[in-house]
Amino acid sequence: MARRRIKRRRGGGYTLRLAQPERDLLVALPGQLASILEGDDPALTRLFPPGYGDDLDASAEYDRLVRGDLIDGKRDALATMARTATAERLSEEELLQWLTATNDLRLVLGTRLRVTEDRQGFMPSPNDPWAPEWVAYNYLSWLQEEIVAALSDAL
Amino acid sequence: MSGQTIEAPVEVEEPDLRDEREEDPPWIVLVWNDPINLMSYVTLVLRRLFGYSEAKATQLMLQVHEEGKAVVASGTREKCELDVSRLHAHGLWATMRQD
Repeated sequence: MARRRIKRRRGGGYTLRLAQPERDLLVALPGQLASILEGDDPALTRLFPPGYGDDLDASAEYDRLVRGDLIDGKRDALATMARTATAERLSEEELLQWLTATNDLRLVLGTRLRVTEDRQGFMPSPNDPWAPEWVAYNYLSWLQEEIVAALSDAL
Repeated sequence: MSGQTIEAPVEVEEPDLRDEREEDPPWIVLVWNDPINLMSYVTLVLRRLFGYSEAKATQLMLQVHEEGKAVVASGTREKCELDVSRLHAHGLWATMRQD
């Protein structure tokens, strides 16, 4: 069994064992999403679902109430991940921000890639124009499983 | 704060009476299946946000996965709106409606 790369420390917090290329990716990706958070990129629809489903009026009112706070929360999480991607240790609060950031990145990438349940872990050919997005998506999926496993130990 | 303590319980009871009227059913919060969120992630979010046991959270996650949706919380409109926004903050596809 592969050794865990994110591990809960006995004294609190978590150790992070990631290679340099992984850390480089985790510094770069958050800024790309943060820069489009307030725009109208179609991939963002997945981040802000209609709170009242088919009730369009109530959903619009809900969106007016919460959208700003949701954007702030996502921006904070992305900034924390970019800032701490080179760290050896993370606090629980920071790892929870990583959890949110990896998930938002997966949602946006997955929406662009039109991910289906059958295409989890899809390996693109190197000349696939979407290969970089697939590599990032698959990496983030693996990383998120590591984060979830580490955080579940604390519950 | 002072001198009004005798009247306070009467005021506190009013919302409860309204909540129990039959024509005002509670609201429910639904989580819908989506192809991107990982099963382990959904289970962890339900445990952390609602304090559910691992067994209860796993059962709800599997219901979402297999049946397409599950009711994960219920209560007043205000409580449900807060729950929905917390679920949205964590990237789950959640909606609310009156039961």
